[in-house]
Amino acid sequence: MTVPAADLSAAQPAHQGDLRSPTSLPRYAGAPGSLVVSDDLPRRAFVEQIMGLPMSLHLRGPEAAGGAVEAAVRTAFSRLRADDAEFSTYRADSAVSRIRRGELAVADASPRLRQVVALCEDASARTDGAFSAWLPAEGVIRFDPSGLVKGWAVEEAFESLVRDLAELDRYDALLSAGGDVVVSCSRTDTPDWTIAVEDPTDRGRLLTSVPLRAGAVATSGTAARGAHVLDPSSGHPATGLLSATVIGPSLTWADVYATALLARGGHAPWFESLRADHLALIVRPDGTTVQLP
Amino acid sequence: MRRIVVAVMGTLSGLVLLFSYHTSTNATSTIALGSPKPIGTPKASTKAATPSSTTTTTGPSSSQTSTAAPTTAAPNDVAPNAATPTTAAPSTTAQAAVSGTFTGATASTRWGDVQVQITVSGGKITQAQAVQYPQGNGRDQEINAYALPVLAQEVTTAQSAQIDAVSGATVTSDGYIQSLQSALDQAHL
Repeated sequence: MTVPAADLSAAQPAHQGDLRSPTSLPRYAGAPGSLVVSDDLPRRAFVEQIMGLPMSLHLRGPEAAGGAVEAAVRTAFSRLRADDAEFSTYRADSAVSRIRRGELAVADASPRLRQVVALCEDASARTDGAFSAWLPAEGVIRFDPSGLVKGWAVEEAFESLVRDLAELDRYDALLSAGGDVVVSCSRTDTPDWTIAVEDPTDRGRLLTSVPLRAGAVATSGTAARGAHVLDPSSGHPATGLLSATVIGPSLTWADVYATALLARGGHAPWFESLRADHLALIVRPDGTTVQLP
Repeated sequence: MRRIVVAVMGTLSGLVLLFSYHTSTNATSTIALGSPKPIGTPKASTKAATPSSTTTTTGPSSSQTSTAAPTTAAPNDVAPNAATPTTAAPSTTAQAAVSGTFTGATASTRWGDVQVQITVSGGKITQAQAVQYPQGNGRDQEINAYALPVLAQEVTTAQSAQIDAVSGATVTSDGYIQSLQSALDQAHL
């Protein structure tokens, strides 16, 4: 399937207001608990920079602007900061950095870190080695779980936030970690969250949009940070695709699969087995878009 | 499971459409479906907002004439299988756009009975509300469970889509301020 790219250039940046409050859409309103879409619920966004990424959290629900919600959000962000302190390769004092320097053995690490190591091994197995946490750096193979940790930490923090919010009332939540998005809905009177997929050939344009009430959309690409994903088999930067977007039930795995698709230039026979609940959109260097499986 | 959300919302839209047709044939011949002119123009709205006295029914099922009362009937007052205008005043000429609240017949879906009430202003549906909807049996959980989405096949533009987030190559903290996501966040901060 080839999806034509949309022209968003007119809306950015001068007309961003159009994007935020489109007037062409019908607005349906109804009583809470009905099938009807209620668009007048309080909604609030929170943004914090954690793990070197903008964490954009959107909530909608009766007291989205209230103090209890804000406290739950602060807790979620502090969980992310704690994970950053433990797993960052940029922090010399993190547990991961100590493992990289040979000062700490995985077996002696925290249960959470050992869980990450196990997940990385699982990720490698699921993707026929296209994902690996053992990457060549300066001629040596070093432990680098960053490709999994971000999605995993975000999903963990998000799930605990959703549980905390469920204690308060019915809330819908969306968290975007620098372009990897996870959503949840506990309301039934709200529209689906709509996640647009950026066109890697022109970041002011959108390729398509995805309606979701639960699940994740993760994109790996070369547009923002250059060829930063390495093909574990060669050690060279992956350049076969401009981007790979995966939609699935879990952010951890959508992110892993997107990275693995990018690393292998979209050659991914393993993706076939995921077809029941995953979808991928890959963009080739010539700008053509292919949907998998 | 995979298309439940789409199906439910599709059902709702379908019902809204169905009932607006239903309404137009059974209760108000003047709802703008048969109008030769575009509906919903400001002029038409203004005209439609002027109260008129009666609604003539020319639909196949009955030939009743009802007075359009400017009150909102409780959902329970609406007889099943009857589309009843409960507010405002559909105008009497085919060219004018209709305003009013209409309740559709109860429809059985696989999730239970659904009955939809729509509010039409100037020939446009301004509000749609389920006055009866399926209850219980984990319906909420089903609606909110992960379902493999259908990607938009058509060009998505900023003008036609209400976007909550953008998935793309990882935006760094430095690049955030210029990102589309930043604009989306700003709207709700």
